[in-house]
Amino acid sequence: MLTILFFLSSGLFLGWSLGANNAANIFGTAVVTKMIKFNTAALICSVFIIIGAVVSGAGASHTLGELGAVNELSGAFIVALAAAVTVMWMTKAGLPVPTSQAIVGAIIGWNFFSKTPTNINSLYKIVGTWIFSPILSAIFAFILFHLIKKIVENSKIHLMSLDSYTRAGLIIVGAFGSYSLGANNIGNVMGVFINSSPFKDISLAGFLNLSSTQLLFLIGGIAIAVGVFTYSKKVMMTVGSGIFKLSPVTALVVVLASSITLFLFASQGLHDLLISLNLPPFPLVPVSSSQAVVGSIMGISLAKGGRNLNFKKLGKISLGWITTPVASAILTYVALFFMQNVFMQNVFK
Amino acid sequence: MPKFFNSKSKQLEGEIDGYLDRVSTAGLIFQEGVKAYVNGKKDKFERTFIDISTLESDADNVRRDIKHKLYTYMLIPESRGDVLGLLETLDDIVDICEKVLEQFSIETPNIPEFLKSDFLELAELSSKTVEEVVKGARAFFREIGMVSEYVNKVHFYEHEADDVEEHLKRNAFNSKKIESFSQKVHMRYFAEKIALVSDVSESVAERLSVYAIKRRI
Repeated sequence: MLTILFFLSSGLFLGWSLGANNAANIFGTAVVTKMIKFNTAALICSVFIIIGAVVSGAGASHTLGELGAVNELSGAFIVALAAAVTVMWMTKAGLPVPTSQAIVGAIIGWNFFSKTPTNINSLYKIVGTWIFSPILSAIFAFILFHLIKKIVENSKIHLMSLDSYTRAGLIIVGAFGSYSLGANNIGNVMGVFINSSPFKDISLAGFLNLSSTQLLFLIGGIAIAVGVFTYSKKVMMTVGSGIFKLSPVTALVVVLASSITLFLFASQGLHDLLISLNLPPFPLVPVSSSQAVVGSIMGISLAKGGRNLNFKKLGKISLGWITTPVASAILTYVALFFMQNVFMQNVFK
Repeated sequence: MPKFFNSKSKQLEGEIDGYLDRVSTAGLIFQEGVKAYVNGKKDKFERTFIDISTLESDADNVRRDIKHKLYTYMLIPESRGDVLGLLETLDDIVDICEKVLEQFSIETPNIPEFLKSDFLELAELSSKTVEEVVKGARAFFREIGMVSEYVNKVHFYEHEADDVEEHLKRNAFNSKKIESFSQKVHMRYFAEKIALVSDVSESVAERLSVYAIKRRI
Protein backbone atom coordinates (compact mmCIF):
# COMPACT_ATOMS: atom_id res chain seq x y z
CA MET A 1 0.00 0.00 0.00
CA LEU A 2 2.79 2.38 0.95
CA THR A 3 4.67 1.54 -2.23
CA ILE A 4 1.55 2.26 -4.29
CA LEU A 5 1.05 5.57 -2.50
CA PHE A 6 4.72 6.44 -3.01
CA PHE A 7 4.51 5.86 -6.75
CA LEU A 8 1.21 7.73 -7.03
CA SER A 9 2.65 10.63 -5.07
CA SER A 10 4.25 12.27 -8.09
CA GLY A 11 0.87 12.32 -9.81
CA LEU A 12 -0.68 13.75 -6.67
CA PHE A 13 2.07 16.37 -6.57
CA LEU A 14 1.36 17.19 -10.23
CA GLY A 15 -2.30 17.46 -9.31
CA TRP A 16 -1.46 19.76 -6.43
CA SER A 17 0.56 22.06 -8.71
CA LEU A 18 -2.20 22.00 -11.34
CA GLY A 19 -4.65 23.17 -8.69
CA ALA A 20 -2.25 25.77 -7.35
CA ASN A 21 -1.58 27.27 -10.80
CA ASN A 22 -4.80 26.89 -12.68
CA ALA A 23 -7.35 28.03 -10.13
CA ALA A 24 -6.02 31.53 -10.81
CA ASN A 25 -7.09 31.19 -14.45
CA ILE A 26 -10.66 30.54 -13.35
CA PHE A 27 -11.17 32.60 -10.21
CA GLY A 28 -8.10 34.83 -10.17
CA THR A 29 -9.72 38.09 -11.25
CA ALA A 30 -12.87 37.44 -9.24
CA VAL A 31 -10.83 37.01 -6.05
CA VAL A 32 -8.28 39.79 -6.71
CA THR A 33 -11.06 42.32 -7.47
CA LYS A 34 -12.83 41.12 -4.31
CA MET A 35 -15.98 40.11 -6.17
CA ILE A 36 -15.80 36.64 -4.61
CA LYS A 37 -14.10 35.58 -1.38
CA PHE A 38 -11.18 33.23 -1.83
CA ASN A 39 -12.70 30.49 0.35
CA THR A 40 -15.93 30.51 -1.67
CA ALA A 41 -13.98 30.36 -4.92
CA ALA A 42 -11.73 27.58 -3.64
CA LEU A 43 -14.70 25.49 -2.51
CA ILE A 44 -16.59 25.82 -5.80
CA CYS A 45 -13.41 25.23 -7.78
CA SER A 46 -12.51 22.08 -5.84
CA VAL A 47 -15.97 20.51 -5.93
CA PHE A 48 -16.45 21.04 -9.65
CA ILE A 49 -12.92 19.97 -10.56
CA ILE A 50 -13.50 16.67 -8.78
CA ILE A 51 -16.90 16.19 -10.45
CA GLY A 52 -15.47 17.04 -13.88
CA ALA A 53 -12.51 14.73 -13.37
CA VAL A 54 -14.60 11.72 -12.29
CA VAL A 55 -17.52 12.17 -14.69
CA SER A 56 -15.74 13.36 -17.81
CA GLY A 57 -12.02 12.78 -17.43
CA ALA A 58 -11.68 9.64 -19.49
CA GLY A 59 -11.82 11.12 -22.99
CA ALA A 60 -8.76 13.35 -22.96
CA SER A 61 -6.67 10.89 -20.94
CA HIS A 62 -7.38 8.20 -23.53
CA THR A 63 -5.60 10.34 -26.15
CA LEU A 64 -2.59 10.70 -23.86
CA GLY A 65 -2.59 6.94 -23.46
CA GLU A 66 -2.49 6.55 -27.24
CA LEU A 67 0.55 8.85 -27.39
CA GLY A 68 2.54 6.58 -25.11
CA ALA A 69 1.21 3.80 -22.90
CA VAL A 70 3.36 3.99 -19.78
CA ASN A 71 3.04 0.47 -18.48
CA GLU A 72 5.02 0.34 -15.24
CA LEU A 73 4.07 2.12 -12.03
CA SER A 74 7.64 3.28 -11.39
CA GLY A 75 7.84 4.61 -14.95
CA ALA A 76 4.58 6.46 -14.45
CA PHE A 77 5.97 7.82 -11.18
CA ILE A 78 9.00 9.29 -12.96
CA VAL A 79 6.97 10.68 -15.86
CA ALA A 80 4.60 12.50 -13.52
CA LEU A 81 7.47 13.63 -11.28
CA ALA A 82 9.49 15.10 -14.15
CA ALA A 83 6.41 16.93 -15.43
CA ALA A 84 5.67 18.24 -11.93
CA VAL A 85 9.23 19.48 -11.40
CA THR A 86 9.17 21.24 -14.79
CA VAL A 87 5.83 22.87 -13.88
CA MET A 88 7.21 24.01 -10.51
CA TRP A 89 10.37 25.40 -12.07
CA MET A 90 8.35 27.43 -14.60
CA THR A 91 6.08 28.68 -11.82
CA LYS A 92 9.09 29.95 -9.89
CA ALA A 93 10.08 31.78 -13.11
CA GLY A 94 6.72 33.58 -12.92
CA LEU A 95 5.06 32.08 -16.02
CA PRO A 96 1.60 30.55 -16.38
CA VAL A 97 2.40 26.89 -16.64
CA PRO A 98 1.03 24.46 -19.20
CA THR A 99 0.81 21.15 -17.35
CA SER A 100 -0.46 19.50 -20.56
CA GLN A 101 2.79 20.28 -22.34
CA ALA A 102 4.92 19.16 -19.43
CA ILE A 103 3.21 15.77 -19.28
CA VAL A 104 3.32 15.27 -23.07
CA GLY A 105 7.04 16.08 -23.06
CA ALA A 106 7.54 13.63 -20.19
CA ILE A 107 5.59 10.85 -21.96
CA ILE A 108 7.72 11.33 -25.08
CA GLY A 109 10.79 11.16 -22.83
CA TRP A 110 9.52 7.79 -21.56
CA ASN A 111 8.89 6.66 -25.16
CA PHE A 112 12.49 7.49 -26.06
CA PHE A 113 13.85 5.69 -23.00
CA SER A 114 11.70 2.59 -23.43
CA LYS A 115 12.30 2.66 -27.19
CA THR A 116 8.54 2.72 -27.76
CA PRO A 117 7.66 4.47 -31.00
CA THR A 118 5.68 7.65 -30.35
CA ASN A 119 2.24 7.57 -31.96
CA ILE A 120 2.71 10.34 -34.52
CA ASN A 121 -1.02 10.70 -35.22
CA SER A 122 -1.71 11.32 -31.56
CA LEU A 123 1.17 13.78 -31.42
CA TYR A 124 -0.16 15.71 -34.41
CA LYS A 125 -3.64 15.71 -32.87
CA ILE A 126 -2.28 17.01 -29.58
CA VAL A 127 0.05 19.68 -31.01
CA GLY A 128 -2.60 20.77 -33.52
CA THR A 129 -5.05 21.24 -30.66
CA TRP A 130 -2.50 23.27 -28.69
CA ILE A 131 -2.17 25.64 -31.62
CA PHE A 132 -5.88 25.73 -32.37
CA SER A 133 -7.24 26.02 -28.81
CA PRO A 134 -6.01 29.55 -28.02
CA ILE A 135 -7.27 30.69 -31.44
CA LEU A 136 -10.68 29.15 -30.74
CA SER A 137 -10.67 30.72 -27.29
CA ALA A 138 -9.86 34.11 -28.83
CA ILE A 139 -12.76 33.79 -31.27
CA PHE A 140 -15.21 32.86 -28.49
CA ALA A 141 -13.95 35.71 -26.32
CA PHE A 142 -14.25 38.21 -29.19
CA ILE A 143 -17.85 37.22 -29.88
CA LEU A 144 -18.89 36.95 -26.21
CA PHE A 145 -17.28 40.29 -25.38
CA HIS A 146 -19.28 42.13 -28.04
CA LEU A 147 -22.45 40.31 -27.03
CA ILE A 148 -22.12 41.05 -23.33
CA LYS A 149 -21.06 44.64 -23.97
CA LYS A 150 -24.15 45.18 -26.11
CA ILE A 151 -26.40 43.64 -23.46
CA VAL A 152 -24.92 45.62 -20.56
CA GLU A 153 -24.87 48.96 -22.39
CA ASN A 154 -28.38 48.65 -23.81
CA SER A 155 -30.23 47.02 -20.94
CA LYS A 156 -30.12 50.04 -18.59
CA ILE A 157 -29.36 47.77 -15.62
CA HIS A 158 -28.35 49.75 -12.56
CA LEU A 159 -24.67 49.48 -11.59
CA MET A 160 -25.65 47.77 -8.33
CA SER A 161 -27.69 45.09 -10.10
CA LEU A 162 -24.92 44.62 -12.65
CA ASP A 163 -22.57 44.01 -9.73
CA SER A 164 -24.71 41.20 -8.31
CA TYR A 165 -25.36 39.64 -11.72
CA THR A 166 -21.61 39.74 -12.40
CA ARG A 167 -20.88 38.00 -9.12
CA ALA A 168 -23.46 35.32 -9.85
CA GLY A 169 -22.07 34.98 -13.35
CA LEU A 170 -18.51 34.64 -12.07
CA ILE A 171 -19.61 31.85 -9.73
CA ILE A 172 -21.59 29.95 -12.40
CA VAL A 173 -18.93 30.38 -15.06
CA GLY A 174 -16.25 29.55 -12.50
CA ALA A 175 -18.05 26.31 -11.65
CA PHE A 176 -18.29 25.46 -15.36
CA GLY A 177 -14.64 26.38 -15.82
CA SER A 178 -13.63 24.19 -12.90
CA TYR A 179 -15.64 21.27 -14.30
CA SER A 180 -13.98 21.72 -17.71
CA LEU A 181 -10.56 21.96 -16.10
CA GLY A 182 -11.13 18.75 -14.16
CA ALA A 183 -12.52 16.95 -17.19
CA ASN A 184 -9.82 18.11 -19.55
CA ASN A 185 -6.74 18.05 -17.35
CA ILE A 186 -7.17 15.10 -14.97
CA GLY A 187 -5.58 13.04 -17.74
CA ASN A 188 -2.40 15.12 -17.29
CA VAL A 189 -2.33 14.29 -13.61
CA MET A 190 -3.38 10.65 -13.44
CA GLY A 191 -3.50 9.52 -17.07
CA VAL A 192 -0.04 7.94 -16.98
CA PHE A 193 -1.11 5.69 -14.10
CA ILE A 194 -4.14 4.18 -15.87
CA ASN A 195 -2.33 1.22 -17.40
CA SER A 196 -0.57 0.37 -14.13
CA SER A 197 -3.43 1.33 -11.83
CA PRO A 198 -3.39 -0.55 -8.51
CA PHE A 199 -7.14 0.04 -7.94
CA LYS A 200 -10.19 -2.08 -8.62
CA ASP A 201 -13.72 -1.01 -9.52
CA ILE A 202 -15.72 -0.16 -6.39
CA SER A 203 -19.27 0.52 -5.38
CA LEU A 204 -20.01 3.26 -2.85
CA ALA A 205 -23.16 3.09 -0.75
CA GLY A 206 -24.52 0.45 -3.08
CA PHE A 207 -25.39 2.74 -5.95
CA LEU A 208 -22.37 4.87 -6.83
CA ASN A 209 -20.13 2.73 -9.04
CA LEU A 210 -16.63 3.94 -9.73
CA SER A 211 -14.31 2.22 -12.15
CA SER A 212 -10.64 1.92 -11.21
CA THR A 213 -9.89 4.77 -13.62
CA GLN A 214 -12.56 6.95 -12.04
CA LEU A 215 -11.18 6.14 -8.61
CA LEU A 216 -7.74 7.20 -9.81
CA PHE A 217 -9.28 10.41 -11.13
CA LEU A 218 -11.10 10.99 -7.84
CA ILE A 219 -7.84 10.81 -5.93
CA GLY A 220 -6.17 13.06 -8.51
CA GLY A 221 -9.10 15.46 -8.25
CA ILE A 222 -8.72 15.62 -4.49
CA ALA A 223 -5.00 16.40 -4.94
CA ILE A 224 -5.93 19.24 -7.30
CA ALA A 225 -8.43 20.51 -4.71
CA VAL A 226 -5.72 20.51 -2.04
CA GLY A 227 -3.53 22.55 -4.41
CA VAL A 228 -6.37 25.03 -4.90
CA PHE A 229 -6.87 25.53 -1.17
CA THR A 230 -3.25 25.61 -0.09
CA TYR A 231 -1.38 27.57 -2.78
CA SER A 232 -3.65 29.10 -5.42
CA LYS A 233 -4.31 32.29 -3.43
CA LYS A 234 -0.62 33.10 -3.50
CA VAL A 235 -0.52 32.54 -7.28
CA MET A 236 -3.63 34.72 -7.74
CA MET A 237 -2.13 37.57 -5.74
CA THR A 238 1.33 37.45 -7.32
CA VAL A 239 0.42 36.78 -10.96
CA GLY A 240 -2.24 39.45 -10.59
CA SER A 241 -3.35 41.07 -13.82
CA GLY A 242 -0.84 39.11 -15.88
CA ILE A 243 -0.65 40.42 -19.41
CA PHE A 244 -3.88 42.46 -19.38
CA LYS A 245 -5.88 44.12 -16.64
CA LEU A 246 -9.33 42.60 -16.43
CA SER A 247 -12.49 44.09 -15.00
CA PRO A 248 -14.94 41.62 -13.42
CA VAL A 249 -17.13 41.60 -16.53
CA THR A 250 -14.24 41.00 -18.91
CA ALA A 251 -12.93 38.32 -16.54
CA LEU A 252 -16.29 36.61 -16.85
CA VAL A 253 -15.95 36.63 -20.65
CA VAL A 254 -12.37 35.31 -20.47
CA VAL A 255 -13.27 32.44 -18.14
CA LEU A 256 -16.38 31.54 -20.13
CA ALA A 257 -14.57 31.54 -23.47
CA SER A 258 -11.65 29.44 -22.21
CA SER A 259 -13.97 27.06 -20.31
CA ILE A 260 -16.04 26.44 -23.45
CA THR A 261 -12.81 25.64 -25.30
CA LEU A 262 -11.66 23.18 -22.62
CA PHE A 263 -15.10 21.60 -22.52
CA LEU A 264 -15.17 21.12 -26.29
CA PHE A 265 -11.88 19.19 -26.11
CA ALA A 266 -13.01 17.03 -23.19
CA SER A 267 -16.67 16.20 -23.71
CA GLN A 268 -17.24 12.61 -24.81
CA GLY A 269 -20.94 13.37 -25.12
CA LEU A 270 -20.38 16.19 -27.57
CA HIS A 271 -17.81 14.11 -29.43
CA ASP A 272 -20.31 11.28 -29.90
CA LEU A 273 -23.12 13.68 -30.83
CA LEU A 274 -21.06 15.31 -33.59
CA ILE A 275 -20.08 11.90 -34.96
CA SER A 276 -23.73 10.81 -34.99
CA LEU A 277 -24.57 13.95 -36.98
CA ASN A 278 -21.75 13.18 -39.46
CA LEU A 279 -19.90 16.29 -38.36
CA PRO A 280 -16.16 16.44 -37.59
CA PRO A 281 -15.77 15.98 -33.83
CA PHE A 282 -13.38 17.89 -31.58
CA PRO A 283 -10.47 15.62 -30.63
CA LEU A 284 -10.45 14.75 -26.93
CA VAL A 285 -7.09 16.20 -25.95
CA PRO A 286 -5.74 17.73 -22.73
CA VAL A 287 -5.57 21.46 -23.43
CA SER A 288 -3.69 24.01 -21.40
CA SER A 289 -6.13 26.24 -19.52
CA SER A 290 -3.39 28.89 -19.36
CA GLN A 291 -3.13 28.90 -23.15
CA ALA A 292 -6.91 29.08 -23.50
CA VAL A 293 -7.00 32.04 -21.09
CA VAL A 294 -4.21 33.83 -22.96
CA GLY A 295 -6.14 33.22 -26.18
CA SER A 296 -9.31 34.67 -24.60
CA ILE A 297 -7.44 37.71 -23.37
CA MET A 298 -6.03 38.29 -26.85
CA GLY A 299 -9.55 38.00 -28.26
CA ILE A 300 -10.75 40.69 -25.89
CA SER A 301 -7.74 42.89 -26.58
CA LEU A 302 -8.51 42.66 -30.30
CA ALA A 303 -12.16 43.45 -29.59
CA LYS A 304 -11.00 46.58 -27.76
CA GLY A 305 -8.68 47.64 -30.57
CA GLY A 306 -5.44 45.86 -29.69
CA ARG A 307 -4.20 48.35 -27.08
CA ASN A 308 -2.88 47.65 -23.56
CA LEU A 309 -1.37 44.26 -24.35
CA ASN A 310 1.97 43.52 -22.74
CA PHE A 311 3.73 41.98 -25.74
CA LYS A 312 6.98 41.45 -23.87
CA LYS A 313 5.28 39.27 -21.31
CA LEU A 314 3.28 37.52 -24.03
CA GLY A 315 6.54 36.68 -25.79
CA LYS A 316 7.99 35.32 -22.56
CA ILE A 317 4.91 33.13 -22.03
CA SER A 318 5.03 31.81 -25.63
CA LEU A 319 8.67 30.86 -25.11
CA GLY A 320 7.60 28.90 -22.05
CA TRP A 321 5.13 26.93 -24.19
CA ILE A 322 8.01 25.70 -26.34
CA THR A 323 10.64 25.13 -23.67
CA THR A 324 8.31 23.29 -21.25
CA PRO A 325 7.78 20.05 -23.23
CA VAL A 326 11.44 19.97 -24.26
CA ALA A 327 12.70 20.46 -20.72
CA SER A 328 10.21 17.93 -19.42
CA ALA A 329 11.26 15.29 -21.97
CA ILE A 330 14.95 15.69 -21.16
CA LEU A 331 14.35 15.63 -17.41
CA THR A 332 12.20 12.49 -17.75
CA TYR A 333 14.84 10.67 -19.76
CA VAL A 334 17.53 11.44 -17.19
CA ALA A 335 15.30 10.54 -14.26
CA LEU A 336 14.23 7.25 -15.87
CA PHE A 337 17.88 6.38 -16.31
CA PHE A 338 18.48 6.93 -12.61
CA MET A 339 15.37 5.01 -11.61
CA GLN A 340 16.31 2.03 -13.74
CA ASN A 341 20.06 1.91 -13.15
CA VAL A 342 20.52 3.40 -9.69
CA PHE A 343 17.31 2.36 -7.92
CA MET A 344 17.01 -0.83 -9.97
CA GLN A 345 13.31 -0.35 -10.76
CA ASN A 346 11.80 -1.46 -14.08
CA VAL A 347 10.37 1.63 -15.69
CA PHE A 348 8.83 -0.17 -18.66
CA LYS A 349 7.73 -3.68 -19.52
CA MET B 1 -32.24 35.63 -9.57
CA PRO B 2 -32.42 34.38 -5.97
CA LYS B 3 -33.62 37.08 -3.57
CA PHE B 4 -30.58 36.90 -1.27
CA PHE B 5 -28.29 37.58 -4.19
CA ASN B 6 -29.40 41.10 -4.93
CA SER B 7 -31.64 42.31 -2.08
CA LYS B 8 -28.78 44.42 -0.68
CA SER B 9 -27.99 45.66 -4.17
CA LYS B 10 -31.63 46.54 -4.82
CA GLN B 11 -31.81 48.36 -1.48
CA LEU B 12 -28.75 50.40 -2.36
CA GLU B 13 -30.13 51.13 -5.82
CA GLY B 14 -33.13 52.72 -4.11
CA GLU B 15 -30.93 54.68 -1.71
CA ILE B 16 -28.69 56.01 -4.49
CA ASP B 17 -31.74 57.05 -6.53
CA GLY B 18 -33.14 58.69 -3.40
CA TYR B 19 -29.91 60.59 -2.85
CA LEU B 20 -29.91 61.86 -6.44
CA ASP B 21 -33.54 62.96 -5.98
CA ARG B 22 -32.45 65.05 -2.99
CA VAL B 23 -29.67 66.76 -4.96
CA SER B 24 -32.10 67.53 -7.77
CA THR B 25 -34.63 68.89 -5.27
CA ALA B 26 -31.93 71.09 -3.70
CA GLY B 27 -31.41 72.77 -7.10
CA LEU B 28 -35.14 73.41 -7.45
CA ILE B 29 -35.55 74.73 -3.87
CA PHE B 30 -32.52 76.97 -4.45
CA GLN B 31 -34.15 78.54 -7.52
CA GLU B 32 -37.47 78.96 -5.70
CA GLY B 33 -35.67 80.50 -2.73
CA VAL B 34 -33.87 83.12 -4.82
CA LYS B 35 -37.10 83.82 -6.75
CA ALA B 36 -39.06 84.30 -3.51
CA TYR B 37 -36.40 86.64 -2.09
CA VAL B 38 -36.07 88.73 -5.26
CA ASN B 39 -39.88 89.07 -5.49
CA GLY B 40 -40.09 90.17 -1.87
CA LYS B 41 -41.93 87.09 -0.59
CA LYS B 42 -40.10 86.88 2.72
CA ASP B 43 -42.27 84.13 4.30
CA LYS B 44 -41.91 81.86 1.30
CA PHE B 45 -38.18 82.52 1.24
CA GLU B 46 -37.80 81.56 4.93
CA ARG B 47 -39.73 78.32 4.28
CA THR B 48 -37.42 77.40 1.39
CA PHE B 49 -34.40 78.14 3.56
CA ILE B 50 -35.69 75.77 6.26
CA ASP B 51 -36.51 73.15 3.60
CA ILE B 52 -33.04 73.24 2.11
CA SER B 53 -31.35 73.06 5.52
CA THR B 54 -33.39 69.96 6.36
CA LEU B 55 -32.67 68.49 2.93
CA GLU B 56 -28.94 69.11 3.31
CA SER B 57 -28.62 67.18 6.59
CA ASP B 58 -30.93 64.44 5.28
CA ALA B 59 -28.78 64.07 2.14
CA ASP B 60 -25.66 63.82 4.33
CA ASN B 61 -27.22 60.99 6.33
CA VAL B 62 -28.24 59.08 3.19
CA ARG B 63 -24.77 59.49 1.70
CA ARG B 64 -23.09 58.22 4.86
CA ASP B 65 -25.43 55.25 4.95
CA ILE B 66 -24.65 54.39 1.32
CA LYS B 67 -20.92 54.61 2.04
CA HIS B 68 -21.27 52.40 5.11
CA LYS B 69 -23.26 49.76 3.22
CA LEU B 70 -20.94 49.74 0.21
CA TYR B 71 -18.00 48.96 2.47
CA THR B 72 -19.81 46.58 4.84
CA TYR B 73 -21.30 44.44 2.07
CA MET B 74 -18.16 44.81 -0.12
CA LEU B 75 -20.25 45.82 -3.13
CA ILE B 76 -18.98 47.19 -6.47
CA PRO B 77 -15.31 46.84 -5.41
CA GLU B 78 -14.01 48.13 -8.76
CA SER B 79 -16.26 51.21 -8.91
CA ARG B 80 -16.75 51.93 -5.22
CA GLY B 81 -14.15 54.70 -5.03
CA ASP B 82 -15.59 56.51 -8.05
CA VAL B 83 -19.19 56.13 -6.87
CA LEU B 84 -18.42 57.51 -3.41
CA GLY B 85 -16.35 60.31 -4.97
CA LEU B 86 -19.30 61.19 -7.19
CA LEU B 87 -21.75 61.23 -4.28
CA GLU B 88 -19.41 63.44 -2.23
CA THR B 89 -18.99 66.00 -4.97
CA LEU B 90 -22.76 66.03 -5.53
CA ASP B 91 -23.04 66.82 -1.85
CA ASP B 92 -20.98 69.98 -2.51
CA ILE B 93 -23.85 71.19 -4.72
CA VAL B 94 -26.41 70.74 -1.94
CA ASP B 95 -24.05 72.50 0.47
CA ILE B 96 -23.49 75.50 -1.77
CA CYS B 97 -27.24 75.87 -2.46
CA GLU B 98 -27.88 75.94 1.28
CA LYS B 99 -24.97 78.35 1.95
CA VAL B 100 -26.19 80.86 -0.68
CA LEU B 101 -29.72 80.94 0.73
CA GLU B 102 -28.22 81.28 4.19
CA GLN B 103 -26.24 84.31 2.97
CA PHE B 104 -29.46 85.81 1.57
CA SER B 105 -31.14 85.20 4.93
CA ILE B 106 -28.28 86.75 6.97
CA GLU B 107 -27.22 89.69 4.79
CA THR B 108 -30.64 90.56 3.30
CA PRO B 109 -29.26 92.30 0.19
CA ASN B 110 -31.30 95.16 -1.22
CA ILE B 111 -31.85 94.17 -4.86
CA PRO B 112 -32.88 97.10 -7.10
CA GLU B 113 -35.71 96.60 -9.63
CA PHE B 114 -33.46 96.81 -12.72
CA LEU B 115 -31.29 93.88 -11.53
CA LYS B 116 -34.11 91.54 -10.52
CA SER B 117 -34.56 89.83 -13.93
CA ASP B 118 -30.82 89.14 -14.15
CA PHE B 119 -30.80 87.58 -10.68
CA LEU B 120 -33.80 85.41 -11.59
CA GLU B 121 -32.20 84.32 -14.86
CA LEU B 122 -28.90 83.53 -13.11
CA ALA B 123 -30.69 81.42 -10.47
CA GLU B 124 -32.61 79.58 -13.19
CA LEU B 125 -29.43 78.77 -15.14
CA SER B 126 -27.63 77.57 -12.00
CA SER B 127 -30.64 75.40 -11.17
CA LYS B 128 -30.53 73.94 -14.71
CA THR B 129 -26.86 72.97 -14.28
CA VAL B 130 -27.84 71.06 -11.13
CA GLU B 131 -30.71 69.34 -12.95
CA GLU B 132 -28.47 68.25 -15.85
CA VAL B 133 -25.61 67.02 -13.68
CA VAL B 134 -28.04 64.89 -11.65
CA LYS B 135 -29.39 63.44 -14.91
CA GLY B 136 -25.78 62.71 -15.85
CA ALA B 137 -25.25 60.96 -12.52
CA ARG B 138 -28.37 58.83 -13.07
CA ALA B 139 -27.07 57.93 -16.53
CA PHE B 140 -23.73 56.92 -14.96
CA PHE B 141 -25.60 54.23 -13.02
CA ARG B 142 -27.96 53.05 -15.73
CA GLU B 143 -27.06 54.29 -19.19
CA ILE B 144 -23.38 55.07 -19.37
CA GLY B 145 -23.53 56.11 -23.03
CA MET B 146 -25.76 59.12 -22.18
CA VAL B 147 -23.42 60.73 -19.63
CA SER B 148 -21.55 62.87 -22.17
CA GLU B 149 -24.81 64.38 -23.46
CA TYR B 150 -25.75 65.63 -19.98
CA VAL B 151 -22.19 66.81 -19.27
CA ASN B 152 -22.34 68.93 -22.45
CA LYS B 153 -25.59 70.51 -21.27
CA VAL B 154 -24.00 71.38 -17.92
CA HIS B 155 -21.11 73.10 -19.74
CA PHE B 156 -23.60 75.00 -21.90
CA TYR B 157 -25.71 76.28 -18.98
CA GLU B 158 -22.62 77.11 -16.91
CA HIS B 159 -21.29 79.22 -19.77
CA GLU B 160 -24.65 80.97 -20.06
CA ALA B 161 -24.59 81.60 -16.30
CA ASP B 162 -21.10 83.14 -16.61
CA ASP B 163 -22.43 85.53 -19.26
CA VAL B 164 -25.42 86.58 -17.14
CA GLU B 165 -23.17 86.99 -14.11
CA GLU B 166 -20.86 89.33 -16.02
CA HIS B 167 -23.80 91.29 -17.43
CA LEU B 168 -25.31 91.66 -13.95
CA LYS B 169 -22.02 92.88 -12.44
CA ARG B 170 -21.43 95.39 -15.21
CA ASN B 171 -25.00 96.67 -14.84
CA ALA B 172 -24.54 97.04 -11.10
CA PHE B 173 -21.28 98.99 -11.36
CA ASN B 174 -22.19 101.11 -14.40
CA SER B 175 -25.67 102.12 -13.33
CA LYS B 176 -26.33 105.40 -11.55
CA LYS B 177 -29.43 103.84 -9.99
CA ILE B 178 -27.17 102.32 -7.30
CA GLU B 179 -25.51 105.19 -5.50
CA SER B 180 -23.40 103.48 -2.79
CA PHE B 181 -20.28 101.54 -3.70
CA SER B 182 -21.01 99.03 -0.91
CA GLN B 183 -24.34 98.13 -2.51
CA LYS B 184 -22.65 97.60 -5.89
CA VAL B 185 -20.15 95.27 -4.17
CA HIS B 186 -23.02 93.49 -2.40
CA MET B 187 -24.74 92.87 -5.74
CA ARG B 188 -21.48 91.58 -7.19
CA TYR B 189 -21.04 89.25 -4.20
CA PHE B 190 -24.47 87.69 -4.56
CA ALA B 191 -24.14 87.35 -8.33
CA GLU B 192 -20.91 85.42 -7.79
CA LYS B 193 -22.47 83.27 -5.10
CA ILE B 194 -25.42 82.24 -7.29
CA ALA B 195 -23.09 81.58 -10.25
CA LEU B 196 -20.90 79.47 -7.95
CA VAL B 197 -23.65 76.83 -7.91
CA SER B 198 -23.19 76.36 -11.69
CA ASP B 199 -19.40 76.28 -11.26
CA VAL B 200 -19.67 73.49 -8.68
CA SER B 201 -22.09 71.58 -10.96
CA GLU B 202 -19.59 71.90 -13.78
CA SER B 203 -16.71 70.53 -11.73
CA VAL B 204 -18.93 67.57 -10.72
CA ALA B 205 -19.76 67.04 -14.40
CA GLU B 206 -16.06 66.92 -15.31
CA ARG B 207 -15.35 64.28 -12.69
CA LEU B 208 -18.43 62.40 -13.83
CA SER B 209 -17.15 62.18 -17.41
CA VAL B 210 -13.86 60.69 -16.17
CA TYR B 211 -15.72 58.13 -14.05
CA ALA B 212 -17.87 57.24 -17.05
CA ILE B 213 -14.79 56.63 -19.22
CA LYS B 214 -13.34 54.37 -16.52
CA ARG B 215 -16.58 52.39 -16.25
CA ARG B 216 -16.80 51.56 -19.94
CA ILE B 217 -16.42 47.82 -20.53
